[in-house]
Amino acid sequence: MAIITYREALNQALREEMGRDDRVFLMGEEVGVYNGAYKVSKGLLDEFGEMRVVDTPITELGFAGVGVGAAMVGLRPVIEFMTWNFALLAIDQVVNAAAKMLYMSGGQYPMPMVFRGPNGAALQLSAQHSQAFESWLAHIPGLKVVTPGTPYDAKGLLKAAIRDDNPVIVLEGEMLYNTKGEVPEHDYIVPIGKAELKREGSDCSIITNGKMVLVAMNAADQLAKDGIRVDVVDLRTVRPMDVEAIVTSVQKTNRAVVLEEGWEIAGIGAQVVDYIQRECFDHLDAPVIRVHQADVPMPYAKGLEKLAKPDLQKTIAAVRKVMYLD
Amino acid sequence: MATKVFMEALSPTMEEGRLVTWLKQEGDAVKSGEVLAEVETDKAVMELTARGDGVLRKQVVAAGTTAAVGTLVGIIAAADEDIASLLGGVAPSGAASAAPAAASAPAAAAASAPAAPAPRAAAPAAPAAPVASAGRALVSPLARRLADESGVSLGAVQGSGPGGRIVKRDIEAALARGPVASTPSAPARAAAPVRTGEAFEDIPLTQIRKTIAKRLSESIGPIPTFYLTAEFDLSRVAEMRTAALALGEAFKVSFNDVILKAVATALTQHPDVNAHWLGDRIRRFGGVHLGMAVATDDGLIVPVIFDADQKGLREISAEAKTLAKKARERKLKPEEFTGSSFSVSNLGMMQIDQFTAIINPPEVGILAIGAIEEKVVVGPDGGFTVQPRLRVTMSCDHRAVDGAVGAAFLQTLRRLIENPLLLSF
Repeated sequence: MAIITYREALNQALREEMGRDDRVFLMGEEVGVYNGAYKVSKGLLDEFGEMRVVDTPITELGFAGVGVGAAMVGLRPVIEFMTWNFALLAIDQVVNAAAKMLYMSGGQYPMPMVFRGPNGAALQLSAQHSQAFESWLAHIPGLKVVTPGTPYDAKGLLKAAIRDDNPVIVLEGEMLYNTKGEVPEHDYIVPIGKAELKREGSDCSIITNGKMVLVAMNAADQLAKDGIRVDVVDLRTVRPMDVEAIVTSVQKTNRAVVLEEGWEIAGIGAQVVDYIQRECFDHLDAPVIRVHQADVPMPYAKGLEKLAKPDLQKTIAAVRKVMYLD
Repeated sequence: MATKVFMEALSPTMEEGRLVTWLKQEGDAVKSGEVLAEVETDKAVMELTARGDGVLRKQVVAAGTTAAVGTLVGIIAAADEDIASLLGGVAPSGAASAAPAAASAPAAAAASAPAAPAPRAAAPAAPAAPVASAGRALVSPLARRLADESGVSLGAVQGSGPGGRIVKRDIEAALARGPVASTPSAPARAAAPVRTGEAFEDIPLTQIRKTIAKRLSESIGPIPTFYLTAEFDLSRVAEMRTAALALGEAFKVSFNDVILKAVATALTQHPDVNAHWLGDRIRRFGGVHLGMAVATDDGLIVPVIFDADQKGLREISAEAKTLAKKARERKLKPEEFTGSSFSVSNLGMMQIDQFTAIINPPEVGILAIGAIEEKVVVGPDGGFTVQPRLRVTMSCDHRAVDGAVGAAFLQTLRRLIENPLLLSF
C-alpha cells in the first residue's frame, strides 16, 4: 500500500469522485489557479477545467449559498472553506439552508453536498484562527460531521461524504495535512457513523476524534511502557456518533478518558460522557475524565498556547488518574 | 502527600470500632498495606492497614478509644511535612474520645481539601475528593456490581481509591484472598474488668455485646414472630450413626451434623423459608447458606456453612467443626459469618429440653434444637417403646412465612430426620 500524506489522500478522493461522477464540483477560495491554500486541490483545475474547479471571491456566505443552490438543482458541490474559522461567515447557509432544506421542502430538495476545510488550531494562529467547531456543527440535526484523523480515513470519509445525499461537514486539520499513512490505491470508502478501534487494550479507553487521534496513539505508546494498555477509540464521525463502539470499549475497560480538541462546555466529549454514563453506569470503576482545550480564547504566546491545548502529558495524566495510579 | 487514616468499616455491620492497639508508633515509617493498628469491630478483631507511604506522624485517637467509622484516627505523611492543617481541631491523642474525634473528621477533611482553582467563566471547579464517612460507603458502580455478583461483602472491603472509594481492584483483591487465606491478627481481649470489692462486678459492654443487643432487640420488636414446635424420633438417626461409625472413624458424625444436613435438604424444598425479608421484598436464595449459632467466651456468633445443600454429611460435619473452632478462637472473617439464608441454634448439649430462638434478621426463620432425650412412646400397636426424641422449635417471621408454610417445612424435616436414608437421595 502506498504511503502518502493526508493532503494527497484528500486530493485523491476529490480526483476519484470528480472522475466518477460529473455532477461533483469543487468551489472555494484559491482552489483553482493557486491549487488550494493548502494544496489539497493540486492539479484538479488542469484536469477538470474551470466549470468543475471554481475560484470564488472572499465571500464565504455567497459561495456557500451558491453551493446550496447547486445541490438543490441536482449537482454535488464540494465547498472548501480556507478554514472553518472563516466559515463562521457562512454559517447561515450551513445551518439554516443546507441542514434544513430536505426537511423543510418536504423531501423535495435533497442536499448532496460537502463543506470541508481545516478545523481547530495549528501553531500560533491566535484566538480567531484556532477554533475547533465540531461540537457547534454536530449540534445541528440535518448535518453529518466527520473528523478524519489519518490519511486513510481522510480519503475514505471524503469519498463517503461526496456520495452521501445529505450535507456532510468534513473537518480536516492544518497540522494533519503533512502526516503520512498507508492509503490503498483502489476505490474504497470509510462509512460515515462508524468508529474504529485504533489500538486495542484492556485497562482504559481513550475516546477521541480528529487531530487528537495522533495524541491518543502517542499516549497509548507511552503508557504501554508502564504496562498500561489502552483502547483508542477513534470516533471518526462525531454525528451520527458510533455509540456502540464507545460502549463496547468502556464496558471492557471500565474506565474512560475522553480527549477532544475543543473547549469543555458542551464539547463533543460531553456527549460521549453522556452516552457512557447512560450505557455503562454499572461498568464504571472511576469517573470519566475529559481532556480538552482550556476554557480560554487560544493564546498567541507560544508557551501559553501549549498550556491551553490538550496534549500528550494531559492525556497520560488523565489515564493514570482514572486508573487510580496517581 | 499526607494520607489520612480513618476508622474503616471492617465488618459489614460495623458502625464504630475500638482501636485496640497501635502496631505503629508515631515516628515509625509505614508503607501502604502495612498494618497500623488492631481494631475491635462488632464481631472480631481486624487489622487497619495503611493507605499511603510515609511516617505515622500522628495517632489521633489513643489505644482503647472507640471511634465511629469515618473518624480520623491518624495521619501518615512525609517526615518533614506540615500536617497542622490536617489536625485542625483534633484533640491530642491521649485525650481523644469517640465523640470529639468523630466531630473533628469533617473539619480536618475540609481543611485539607485543595483550594478550588480560580473560578473560570462557567466551568465548574473539579469537586474535592470524596471523604469516607459513616453511613455511606464510597463504591464505584463497577465495584458494587462485582461485589453483588461475587458475593463479596462491601463492608468487609477496604477501599483504595480517593477518599477510601472501593474500586474494582479492591474487590479483586478480596476475592483473591479467598475466604480463609489471610491470617487474622491474634485475638485481643478487652481490658480486664475492675473488681470493686463489693458483691457486684461492672462489666463494660464489648462491641459484640452491643451488637447482639441492638440486633436482637430489633428482632423481637418489629418482627412478628410465631413459634412451631415438633418432636422427632431419632431412632433411625441413632442407628445410622452407629452403622456409619462401624465403617471407620472417618464416618463419625454427630446428631447435630445430621440435623444440619436434614435442615439444609428440607430448605431446598421450602424456598419461602430459605429467604430474607428486605422490607420491600423477600429474597429467596438459590443455595442454602446455613448459619449455625456458636457460643464463644465473648458471646454469640453465627458462622455460615455456604451451599450446605450441595454438601455431603461428612463435609458438613468437618466444616461445622472448623467454623466452631474458629469462632471460639475469634478467627472468623467477616465473610465467614455473613450471608446466611437460614440459621440453626442448638442448646441440646446444655440439657435444654426446648427453647425458642430469636430470628437473625433479615432471615425469616431460625430453628432451635433442644436436647435428645430417651422417652417412652406409645407405638402403633399400642405397646410402649423407648425412643430418643428431639424437640425443635422454629421461629418464623410472619411477614414472610405463614403458619402453614413453616409447618410444611417441619413436616419435611420430620420425614428426613425420621428417615435419614432419604438424605442420601
